[in-house]
Amino acid sequence: MKVLVAIKRVVDYNVKVRVKADSSGVDLANVKMSMNPFCEIAVEEAVRLKEKDVATEIVVVSIGPSTAQEQLRTALALGADRAILIESAEDLTSLAVAKLLKAVVDKEQPRLVILGKQAIDSDNNQTGQMLAALSGYGQGTFASKVEISGDSVAVTREIDGGAQTVSLKLPAIVTTDLRLNEPRYASLPNIMKAKKKPLEVLTPVALGVSTASTNKTVKVEAPAARSAGIKVKSVAELVEKLKNEAKVI
Amino acid sequence: MTILVIAEHDNKVVAPATLNTVAAAAKIGGDIHVLVAGQGAAAVAEAAAKIAGVSKVLLADNAAYAHQLPENVAPLIAELGAGYSHILAAATSNGKNILPRVAAQLDVDQISEIVSVESADTFKRPIYAGNAIATVQSTASVKVITVRATGFDPVAAEGGSAAVEAVAAAHDAGTSSFVGEELAKSDRPELTAAKIVVSGGRGMQNGDNFKHLYALADKLGAAVGASRAAVDAGFVPNDMQVGQTGKIVAPQLYIAVGISGAIQHLAGMKDSKVIVAINKDEEAPIFQVADYGLVADLFEAVPELEKLV
Repeated sequence: MKVLVAIKRVVDYNVKVRVKADSSGVDLANVKMSMNPFCEIAVEEAVRLKEKDVATEIVVVSIGPSTAQEQLRTALALGADRAILIESAEDLTSLAVAKLLKAVVDKEQPRLVILGKQAIDSDNNQTGQMLAALSGYGQGTFASKVEISGDSVAVTREIDGGAQTVSLKLPAIVTTDLRLNEPRYASLPNIMKAKKKPLEVLTPVALGVSTASTNKTVKVEAPAARSAGIKVKSVAELVEKLKNEAKVI
Repeated sequence: MTILVIAEHDNKVVAPATLNTVAAAAKIGGDIHVLVAGQGAAAVAEAAAKIAGVSKVLLADNAAYAHQLPENVAPLIAELGAGYSHILAAATSNGKNILPRVAAQLDVDQISEIVSVESADTFKRPIYAGNAIATVQSTASVKVITVRATGFDPVAAEGGSAAVEAVAAAHDAGTSSFVGEELAKSDRPELTAAKIVVSGGRGMQNGDNFKHLYALADKLGAAVGASRAAVDAGFVPNDMQVGQTGKIVAPQLYIAVGISGAIQHLAGMKDSKVIVAINKDEEAPIFQVADYGLVADLFEAVPELEKLV
């Protein structure tokens, strides 16, 4: 079966971002960019399905600037077969991205779509669920285990109190949680081979999708800074401070 | 303006996060209705009717809603919610699972995990693991929003006297089914609602050593959390994880033991009132946000702390 994986180019998770002085956003000039960590897990899961002969073809798709080709090449080096880039210079909302992905789903007809549970830049946690709604498919969000048998997929999900398992009819949408798997690294020969794999570039207009949004970011600010703390010398001093100064115990 | 709040519940009791969500609705202003979708959830609807500020409770009692599968519940919420100005749910795993599906069905953008209400159409929410706060304005006819519980003080669970109205609508998409669940058992307070949280990280070295934290937590009446490193190493189950990808807490006192303080962990706890760090590495980033830092071996400091509190 064909598996579609959506990936996003985001600021590297180790970078401490800075808010721009004019409050228009976060300064991303000359900052290291990478594949969103949850998307890496999604690619890894697809590659494992292919290694188990469950998946026959893995298509990766990304929506963003032309530089997102780097992340698509990374996914190809990890084992994806071909890539699609929907080029858009604007910052799109999750709904717009879900609509674009729906157009790709209609075109490619995958049996399974895997996304990360959230992107570490917008922290929205929406796209997979929205794509499931638009395509009318079942959704297995925050997956820590995915097992395909015949015409259905059993997804074990991380929920607030523990774990829950649901069974979904295929085609279905799965979003990955951190513990689904440990992504592999791309080897140098595979990075070289990935350069020859097909990468198709599309635009929202070509797909006939409107990316208009009902949300507008008015401003972006730095969070309130915490006032500097003190170092105590002993446990006794700590207890004394917590009791008499902070009054929290 | 009328606001629809989706109740968080397990078919027996209303989860505390619902009270924080109603508080956010009260800040927006207008009539507040609560939807209870479940199976055999009449007791939940009665409890929801007593929440201060709620004027009506809608009870959709149907086998299709028993486990609140989003494929079945989202069409219900979208159908009922179309006439409301706002649809709010707590940013719990359940709320995050269902609400974006509702937003897409209504063809509107969702605003996730708001921490404050600026006006009826403008909200603040953290982005980039809490390293920036975005102010977002929505022009949608129905504003679909999830609420971060720690951003709002809960309303009183008693004092209201809303009418309960049954909703007949039944949606069963037939695309998903519930197989089973495994819930972690704990006698300690719930992590997200606890006044004191004691958390352990990689420095705990193994799961057995968490007994030191449990002993301290029991003495303080605290919940026990963990960093991702501790969860990934298998020391404790994943529902104890505090951080960007785990739970967001904002207790009165957060004690971080053997936790270095990675950005992703800080995203889950840096709104705590008082932060205490116990770490033997004095360069650990956790000391930059800690109100009280103690550079010491946790295996000596924690038992001593337990004796003294």
